[in-house]
Amino acid sequence: MEQFLQQIINGISLGSIYALVALGYTMVYGIIKLINFAHCDIYMIGAYVGYFCMTFLGIGFVPSLLAAMAVCTVLGVTIEKIAYKPLRNATRIAVLITAIGVSLFLEYGTMFFVKAQVRSYPPLTGLLAETLRLGNISVPMLQVLILAITVILMLLLQFIVNKTKIGKAMRAVSMDQDAAELMGINVDTTISFTFALGSALAGAAGILVGIYYNSINPLMGVLPGLKSFVAAVFGGIGIIPGAMIGGYIIGIVEVLISGYINSMYRDAFVFAILILILILKPAGLLGKNTREKV
Amino acid sequence: MLEIKDLSVYFGVINALKGISLTVNEGEIVTLIGANGAGKTTTLRTISGLEKPTSGTILLEGKDITATSAKDRVKMGISHVPEGRRVFPSMSVLENLELGAYLRRDKKEIAKDLQMVYEHFPILHTRRKQAAGTLSGGEQQMLAIGRALMSRPRILLLDEPSMGLAPLLVQEIFNIIGNINNNGTTVLLVEQNASMALRIAHRAYVMETGSIVLSGTGADLMQSEDIKKAYLGG
Ligand SMILES: Nc1ncnc2c1ncn2[C@@H]1O[C@H](COP(=O)(O)OP(=O)(O)O)[C@@H](O)[C@H]1O
Ligand SMILES: [Mg+2]
Repeated sequence: MEQFLQQIINGISLGSIYALVALGYTMVYGIIKLINFAHCDIYMIGAYVGYFCMTFLGIGFVPSLLAAMAVCTVLGVTIEKIAYKPLRNATRIAVLITAIGVSLFLEYGTMFFVKAQVRSYPPLTGLLAETLRLGNISVPMLQVLILAITVILMLLLQFIVNKTKIGKAMRAVSMDQDAAELMGINVDTTISFTFALGSALAGAAGILVGIYYNSINPLMGVLPGLKSFVAAVFGGIGIIPGAMIGGYIIGIVEVLISGYINSMYRDAFVFAILILILILKPAGLLGKNTREKV
Repeated sequence: MLEIKDLSVYFGVINALKGISLTVNEGEIVTLIGANGAGKTTTLRTISGLEKPTSGTILLEGKDITATSAKDRVKMGISHVPEGRRVFPSMSVLENLELGAYLRRDKKEIAKDLQMVYEHFPILHTRRKQAAGTLSGGEQQMLAIGRALMSRPRILLLDEPSMGLAPLLVQEIFNIIGNINNNGTTVLLVEQNASMALRIAHRAYVMETGSIVLSGTGADLMQSEDIKKAYLGG
């Protein structure tokens, strides 16, 4: 039982990271119906920004987190402006291929600058290095931190999307672009803002994964990116709470499979879940089963 | 108030508007009628800035707005109730109405206009917390009109507000359009329901495959033999 709870706690940490990344996939898909393949690389860049801040600039975790989020925000918005905006009226496949191109560009561009080698985050010190004991279960403070930051960011996101004017504009544009424009909403600004939000969350996920697993490399985004995408589809692509729930479910499943079956199978299981959901409930857990018009 | 000169719109090779000109004077209800595919929707979408014309000009109160963004046109007082209502389905009725006032900052006046919309459409008040997608067709049409009024427009563009509604509801919608006009809002009304439209309009234009083929007062066109044959089922 203790071991099981311990695994669940590990799953929640991993799930937090998937959820943060999944949110970006789902919001961008919701608003421009694009699977932004480059999103997982923004997460990787976030991890590197955190690494540089903490290793070379020697600044603490919180300022490094904010720096990673800021850099990723700028990067995400820039990518949208340069690569996707000119294709606003192009076919979906053209945009999709562009997104793959941007992804490769970021991966190998980063590799050019920082080399392909794996880098390690500095060891944690102070309170973050401590472990919380709850009976026989031990919870590293690091995991508490990951969960706390994720929950704060998600609450903030929910507030922005549901209560602010720009959030309402985001929802309006994702439901009906023309109608939103008729309300006087600037669609381009709203799309930029969506990329900014998603990228900031990916940046946060990047630095969190850096301090959690302690090792980063330029291709680190690929597999977690795919799994986060699975999480978004699982929850219902385009639906914000769906991405959150999907992220946690995928994270927990993955950890349980590694712990109880065999860690070799964990990725296979995640993708098996994707196939299952696509067969049983194509619109995802929280999605309405409407056929998509292509 | 609104003047269109020689407006042409292409969709790729399709020439949807072939140099049309029309005028709407302050305080009028002008209707644009014509068969399916004539170019009525395209005309309204170009006036509100959703489509870009290849040539021609759009003047609002003498000012050239041909290159103005859709957003700025809303600010200048153009409000468009699109074909098929296009309410935001998973938002509540109230949220839809609030989005209609998206560009306004005058909270007190917005609250007044919300009351005005609820007076025009009491059912929207009853349903204010309900998701717009769950409303009936007629209620959605009322919401779409109410939402457009929330920007406090000087001119209201209406695209087939009677589409798909039961005759009794059509009558009600037309009465409300009359009331809105009496309260001082200029109306450009696109309709396939020609007899109803001609009855409430001061003036009318008839479109056929991208061109305006006839114009006159509503009463004159009702008498016209061509119109009777083509659009009034007589
Ligand atoms: N987005 C579009 N792409 C291509 N053709 C279009 C588009 N919108 C309208 N059309 C064409 O333009 C013409 C006029 O359409 P429309 O303005 O919708 O007519 P109406 O509203 O009078 O029924 C039609 O031939 C229609 O097929
Ligand atoms: Mg039409």
